[in-house]
Amino acid sequence: MPAVHGGERRWEAEAAPGMAAARPLALLVLLVLGPGGWGFADPPRDSLREELVITPLPSGDVAATFQFRTRWDSELQREGVSHYRLFPKALGQLISKYSLRELHLSFTQGFWRTRYWGPPFLQAPSGAELWVWFQDTVTDVDKSWKELSNVLSGIFCASLNFIDSTNTVIPTASFKPLGLANDTDHYFLRYAVLPREVVCTENLTPWKKLLPCSSKAGLSVLLKADRLFHTSYHSQAVHIRPVCRNAHCTSISWELRQTLSVVFDAFITGQGKKDWSLFRMFSRTLTEPCPLASESRVYVDITSYNQDNETLEVNPLPTTTYQDVILGTRKTYAVYDLHDTAIINNSRNLNLQLKWKKPPENGYIHYQPAQDRLQPHLLEMLIQLPANSVTKVSIQFERALLKWTEYTPDPNHGFYVSPSVLSALVPSMVAAKPVDWEESPLFNSLFPVSDGSNYFVRLYTEPLLVNLPTPDFSMPYNVICLTCTVVAVCYGSFYNLLTRTFRIEEPSTGGLAKRLANLIRRARGVPPL
Amino acid sequence: MKIKCRFQKAYRRAFDHEEEALSSGNVQEAEAMLTVPQEQAEGSLTMYVISERSSLLPQDTMSYIGPKRTAVVRGIMHREAFNIIGRRIIQVAQAMSLTEDVLAAALADHLPEDKWSSDKRRPLKSSLGYEITFSLLNPDPKSHSVHWDIEGAVRQYVQPFLNALSAAGNFSVDSQILYYAMLGVNPRFDPTSSSYYLDTHSLPHVINPVESRLGSSAASLYPVLNFLLYVPELAHSPLYIQDKDGAPVATNAFHSPRWGGIMVYNVDSKAYNASELPVRVEVDMVRVMEVFLAQLRLLFGIAQPQVPPKCLLSGPKSEGLMTWELDRLLWARSVENLATATTTLTSLAQLLGKISNIVIKDDVASEVYSAVAAVQKAAEELASGHLASAFVASQEAVMSSERAFFDPSLLHLLYFPDDQKFAIYIPLFLPMAVPILLSLVKIFLETRKSWKNLEKTD
Repeated sequence: MPAVHGGERRWEAEAAPGMAAARPLALLVLLVLGPGGWGFADPPRDSLREELVITPLPSGDVAATFQFRTRWDSELQREGVSHYRLFPKALGQLISKYSLRELHLSFTQGFWRTRYWGPPFLQAPSGAELWVWFQDTVTDVDKSWKELSNVLSGIFCASLNFIDSTNTVIPTASFKPLGLANDTDHYFLRYAVLPREVVCTENLTPWKKLLPCSSKAGLSVLLKADRLFHTSYHSQAVHIRPVCRNAHCTSISWELRQTLSVVFDAFITGQGKKDWSLFRMFSRTLTEPCPLASESRVYVDITSYNQDNETLEVNPLPTTTYQDVILGTRKTYAVYDLHDTAIINNSRNLNLQLKWKKPPENGYIHYQPAQDRLQPHLLEMLIQLPANSVTKVSIQFERALLKWTEYTPDPNHGFYVSPSVLSALVPSMVAAKPVDWEESPLFNSLFPVSDGSNYFVRLYTEPLLVNLPTPDFSMPYNVICLTCTVVAVCYGSFYNLLTRTFRIEEPSTGGLAKRLANLIRRARGVPPL
Repeated sequence: MKIKCRFQKAYRRAFDHEEEALSSGNVQEAEAMLTVPQEQAEGSLTMYVISERSSLLPQDTMSYIGPKRTAVVRGIMHREAFNIIGRRIIQVAQAMSLTEDVLAAALADHLPEDKWSSDKRRPLKSSLGYEITFSLLNPDPKSHSVHWDIEGAVRQYVQPFLNALSAAGNFSVDSQILYYAMLGVNPRFDPTSSSYYLDTHSLPHVINPVESRLGSSAASLYPVLNFLLYVPELAHSPLYIQDKDGAPVATNAFHSPRWGGIMVYNVDSKAYNASELPVRVEVDMVRVMEVFLAQLRLLFGIAQPQVPPKCLLSGPKSEGLMTWELDRLLWARSVENLATATTTLTSLAQLLGKISNIVIKDDVASEVYSAVAAVQKAAEELASGHLASAFVASQEAVMSSERAFFDPSLLHLLYFPDDQKFAIYIPLFLPMAVPILLSLVKIFLETRKSWKNLEKTD
């Protein structure tokens, strides 16, 4: 411990060797404590909570929503030195430099299908969306908005710098502040959305870097880009807002929520089976909680879906459950707390498994997506049709444009889509006898029949001829010909007119042209030349 | 541009209060009494010549350099007294002020590479401001729960130093704590001391993986200086940095020019015995700030002066910076700024010479004019020794020249690809060219025929 020398200060500097040869300074720096002393470090002023909610969806898919919440008990308005612990420095500097009150930024790929999946916790539009409430101390909101979108595009490696006055609006009623707000003058709100923005790994990596445990411990180990982007819906967002620090709201804290929602498709990821586990979804399992997090939990929605008579089995069994009214319906969640040592200690990792237990159903779907220039789509479905009903099956598809050498010689004919095949076992009204192959006529023995109560039939639909836009293959040739012709004719004529000299010439006697001309004249009955 | 530096000397008798001060017991008291009522101009020095037998200085010291811009030189009674004292004065002045080495270091970026050794390239490039970031790296939060009172340390130690340096630019200080940030190099185990070490060859590879976590500053455009405090993980504790000879470095720290510094803080092994993991670690900020401040001085190029023999150098004031060191920094910065501004303007002129498509708008032109005027003003002020105004003018010159050179409107007309020339101009000009060529051929043939006729008739 350094001692206090009364009044006098002695200075000596310690050598800090450079990258080249060490050049020791002859001075030694010994800093003497002032009377104020140096006390203990402040108690930690920020806290982290992380949570993962796994929701099996009615259509057999599964939705996973991560939330990482960092709460920072600090007044960020003051200028000068700022010290960061769990709250990321990049965002803290943004808040103080641009005097933000709230910031909401999301990147989404896909669309949340509410009809099949149910209501979402937090939906975001496809592409990038940014809406910001500024403090009322900001004088030039548009300039701050422009600079802020540029800085955010640098932080998140996204093209948010395309946000300008052509895609920014000031909503007056729909986007009220989600945190604390004294007054809401809409002059300080800006909203922009870029539907063209594509989300990819380059946007996920800086988002992960903002997390304190940074994909090394806790729930963030599950965030692997190759699995997260192999989904039908991927949405990552950053939300910053001021919240009350306690119930009486005497002081304000800043809350940063980073959310990530993905929906894993049963066919693309699960190969048609409806069994899910953490390893299946994320190719990782949970090993330890983040030491910096005060809470680290996984919730699994175990509200059973009664209409399909299925029950969900979760393995390992949860120790606690949580029941509440969420989004209008009563739901039950199984809770796994990673700080609870019993959960992880048994097997050193936690791999949640969800299995659907249901009576075996007759339905079967096999789908093989197409790959460009390799294989086409294949969709096979085994369905049971209810009686006296009409069943419509439709599929949407797109054809990609071909390279210009891949077109057939008659491209304007159109492109064909192969007909569909319907193979059915139709119950027959009258029981049939089993067929003897050699004795019965040929028209009765086309298809093998297993039992007399139904007969096999195979029907085909019409092929589909689709007229697609084709390029005009003759355009380059047309352009060159036209240009050369026009220039040659116009310019050539002018040139000849201007530079031709006329002189008298004796008529020449022969010449092929003259003889041809005379032939034609004789045929016409006109005197020859 | 040629640069020469010279000293302008002015002599006077000592005033009464100065005589009184110089006859006091020791030099520190004399200094305290010598504080001039009006501040000395930046860039100037005041030297007092005392008699040979005066007891102000200890017996065999010939000169004394003080923390503000004063020095004391011992006189001599001799036939050549004037020359000898003059030489001593010049030695002291060169230690406190500009020499050619300092200028060479400032211009290191603009000179050919092999002339100067890497030592001379250590100082930071001149800029309008700097951001200083202190980061605590804790790769093992399960074993160590590290706490540091960075706010207090910055307030007490760093802020006074930066306030003293405030003439050189705007400074802002930040700090952060990064978890799970590893160094890029695996340290090796030394069985003799049962500790881990990083040798000098692996030090350059340490910084890169960490740098991606440090993050650049979102809020400002100034260059960032990073000071990292690394608490090694439990499996690699204790960790020492070795220098070229294999001995552990005393401060366990190293710095990289123009980037910042790293210090390794080993947790005391006694702390592990008593309690279970994670162990609470309170960082000793005094030890850490000593090292970081020394590294900061080195990064700014405030190096140890070449003290003449038998000279007593007083320590710096409590801020850690002597006033004449700041003056030297400002001289070097002004020269560097002038060189940068001149190079930028010259590059712009060369660019315009090569690509004549570029359109210079009026505001770019006015920036160029103001940059040239600022360069001339800075050169004049430097020649007459007014350091403060020269520095301000040189900063303006750099800002204006950069604004002119990097203006986005210069780039608009640069795209003119070659195949467009072929695809558009040939179908247009080839049909035009054919009749012209044919007529030329005809004319040529006719003139040749008429020459032949002329020859024949002749």
